[in-house]
Amino acid sequence: MMIDRRLFAHFDWRILGLTLAIAIMGLLNLYSITSNIEQGGTPIYTKQILWLFIGLVIMVFVAFIEYRLYSDFAYIIYTLSILFLIILLAYGMVTSGAQRWFKIGGLSIQPSEFVKITFIITMAKIFQQPPQKGGYSLKDLPLPFFLLALPVVMILKQPDLGTAVILVLVFFSILLFIKIRWSSLLVILLGGTSLIPLLWNFLKDYQKQRVITFLNPDLDPLGAGYHLIQSKIAVGSGGLIGKGFMKGTQCKLGFLPEQHTDFIFSAFSEEWGLLGSIFLITLYTFLIIYGLRISIQSKDRFGAIISFGVVSMLFWHTFINMAMVLGILPVVGVPLPFFSYGGSFLISTMIGIGLLINVSMRRYLF
Amino acid sequence: MMELNTQRMEELKRRYKYFLVFVIGAFLLILCQLWNLQIIKGNEYRRLSENNRIRIREKPAIRGMLVDRNGNILAHNRPCYEVYLIAEDIKGDQELIQRIEALLKLPQGELRDKLNDRKRRVPFRPIKIKSDIDWEELALLEFNKVHIPGLILDVKFRRAYNYGDLASHLLGYLGELSEDELKRERSSSYRLGAMVGKFGVECQWEDDLRGKDGGEQIEVDALGREIKPLKRIEPFPGNNVVLTIDLDLQKAAEEAFEGKNGVLIAMNPNTGYLLAMLSKPSFNPEIFAKNISFEEWKSLMEDPNHPLQNKGIQGLYPPGSVFKIITAIAALESKVITPNTQFSCSGTFNYGNREFRCWKDGGHGVLSLHRAIVESCDIYFYQVGLKVGVDRIAHYANLFGLGKKTGIRLPYEKAGLVPTSSWKKKFLGVPWYSGETLSLAVGQGYLAVTPIQLLVLISAIANGGKIYLPQVVERVEDMSRNTLKTYPPIEVGRINVSEETLHIIQDALKGAVNEPGGTGGACALKDIKVAGKTGTAQVVRISRYFRRGDMNRLPHQLRDHAWFVAYAPFENPEIAVVVLVEHGGYGGAAAAPIAKKVIEKYFNLKQERCFKLVQKR
Repeated sequence: MMIDRRLFAHFDWRILGLTLAIAIMGLLNLYSITSNIEQGGTPIYTKQILWLFIGLVIMVFVAFIEYRLYSDFAYIIYTLSILFLIILLAYGMVTSGAQRWFKIGGLSIQPSEFVKITFIITMAKIFQQPPQKGGYSLKDLPLPFFLLALPVVMILKQPDLGTAVILVLVFFSILLFIKIRWSSLLVILLGGTSLIPLLWNFLKDYQKQRVITFLNPDLDPLGAGYHLIQSKIAVGSGGLIGKGFMKGTQCKLGFLPEQHTDFIFSAFSEEWGLLGSIFLITLYTFLIIYGLRISIQSKDRFGAIISFGVVSMLFWHTFINMAMVLGILPVVGVPLPFFSYGGSFLISTMIGIGLLINVSMRRYLF
Repeated sequence: MMELNTQRMEELKRRYKYFLVFVIGAFLLILCQLWNLQIIKGNEYRRLSENNRIRIREKPAIRGMLVDRNGNILAHNRPCYEVYLIAEDIKGDQELIQRIEALLKLPQGELRDKLNDRKRRVPFRPIKIKSDIDWEELALLEFNKVHIPGLILDVKFRRAYNYGDLASHLLGYLGELSEDELKRERSSSYRLGAMVGKFGVECQWEDDLRGKDGGEQIEVDALGREIKPLKRIEPFPGNNVVLTIDLDLQKAAEEAFEGKNGVLIAMNPNTGYLLAMLSKPSFNPEIFAKNISFEEWKSLMEDPNHPLQNKGIQGLYPPGSVFKIITAIAALESKVITPNTQFSCSGTFNYGNREFRCWKDGGHGVLSLHRAIVESCDIYFYQVGLKVGVDRIAHYANLFGLGKKTGIRLPYEKAGLVPTSSWKKKFLGVPWYSGETLSLAVGQGYLAVTPIQLLVLISAIANGGKIYLPQVVERVEDMSRNTLKTYPPIEVGRINVSEETLHIIQDALKGAVNEPGGTGGACALKDIKVAGKTGTAQVVRISRYFRRGDMNRLPHQLRDHAWFVAYAPFENPEIAVVVLVEHGGYGGAAAAPIAKKVIEKYFNLKQERCFKLVQKR
């Protein structure tokens, strides 16, 4: 491994700075909404600080390895991450309950979070060869689709709808980015939509019921509908300037479900109002714009696709999370990057940032 | 190559723009919704959050009842009152707190501690003070309600079993849904803390019994007072499950079993419907309905007599001499003996370098098959067993359903084991010794059966070779007694044995109860012919060396298990019974009298009911 001194000169402080800014806001927010909840053991925000430090160390590590090495090892790390999913599934079958986590000591690790990263790297490897004139066609796609379906099916079994949706969206973002023929895209879309009624018939009644309430939470006023209305009350009652740090009542009184993970944005919006939310969204937008710039300036297609994949992952997470707590999209359980509590997710996004910095640093090196 | 790459990169650039436009569009959408919620509707949501608060009040569905075949209620739901207090309303009034403690007979200081526990409670949320208060306390509280601010009385329904531990293993019990179970896909429609069936019929018919929970969103003010309901879902009560059990017969069985451990199951051999089912020791299912204390749970779990096991389907025992029925059928069907084949019994039988004994000292002399079954001669069957061989015996045992689950719709049924020579080779790695065939022929050794399997076996003998699925539920009804589901008798197999063989066995079983010298004489009835077979299952080998009557010298936990299987009336069987008395000693002495009481009761009940019907007309 060669670490060139020039690398440091090109270290992308902007990306790191934006990431840290968002993460620190996230920590303050986490402190605000969880500090009054008495729980045994380490407080949630302390754990999150610890995760952030671990994430930073891993990020630096990821950033300094020559990224073309990732291309060489793409299939190996992809297989490893899939293996973890399989072990998890098998373990779940033994204990007769689906699971998302490995419990090692006091820590729980969620393999599906890391699959997002290994999936992006694998796609970058596959598509680093430029397509024929006119773009990729259907005959180039069976392998990528298979590599997508494998983790998606297993993650759906866990069941973790949110992560599966993100994987699919990232995949299609990459497909559009690397250019695919219009005719092929049309076939995929038609094929996908015609599959839906077929799948519907395979569902059991209670599963159908779940999908229906998922699409229309008002049908379940005691479950999903209740969560949504409480989330809207939290956001709405924040008004223009918010209720202030540590003053949000909705989450303090326990009305918000999963307030420190999926619904953390409602808690933030309640305390910081429209202005705070606009500020936060601006930070995310800049992160995405800088990320895209890294992708544009990348010296090769592999780097360009990796950084684009990471950016699209960050974007879909941010957008879907906000949209669902505001009632624009159904609640699928997608966390907000650098904001939601959760070690595996934080580390996997930090790895993503590490990849961005990596590509950025090496754009002038050949 | 670089040039090429740069060229290609140019091609990508156009699509960056599209993506960026999409991102900005998406975030603008978010901003619009934020504007809508926070600015346009901001005041309304602020009011809702201040006056709030929208709460959920759950209205659990009323669980269906368990009813016996004659409509007697076995399990239902009784109202149970719970007392809540809102700490903020008491405002630390010590005198009032002490008065409430006195009213509810709470230990001193407990209430104060509960109210002061600020860390663990949410402001203005009612705290449960006491649940399941009695009528007297309820009346006192209602009377004093005006003087106690923040007092809330709530009524819930709690599962109640009318006859205590009667048929507790069959009925089962409820328990709180655990967090692990909640995560499972199928349980998604339950809420945390819901009471679900964990055992017996309560567990197996959970989906029919539970109904559909309802609830409502209500808007309450800052003090928790209800302002108005917003949305509601009405609960839908569960369906009633009608069991095949006859309460009066079950009562008689429980009475006959007083003070003993073991199993009794009675079944209609022509339908497979169970008429009574008990397993002793039993438990009171109601202790699971209220929150069972850890000590109670532990003592039940650690009891060496396994009170939580339904031994009728979960207990595995060697069948003892009951198994001679199978050995005899195997021998007759494979034509190695005829009914007239004679063997002699001198009390001991030497095979290999071992001495095998008959239960009767001095032996039975020379006898043929009929008397060998009647007197349950071991040495006769050792010799028959050697002629038939292990694998043919196993074949007929399997035919009668031994070694596999009967399929009764109750959780945790065990399959048992019928050994064969290939089984032993595969699992123990050693060949079958013919000495072991001797043990097998009289129902000992590796053989393990559940009582319900023997009941199905004796029923098949009684009804001419039909194997019925044992069933405990006759039908499911809705609230207004409309039948929703029925469970008709299911014949799961027919035994391929000649009628002649069956008749020989049936006659011998009648003889075992009614002929002089028969081992089942204790079950003989005056007006009705009973047919049956005794069995004594060794717990330890040494018991074999104890003479009859000496069994009492053996420590209780080493004594043999006593079996008795029977059916009646002989000519046209209506009831089949299996009795197992754990550590009861000899089957004829310990188990047969119990079976007699139940069979007698069955026919008495029949007569009584017939009489009443006539009177009514």
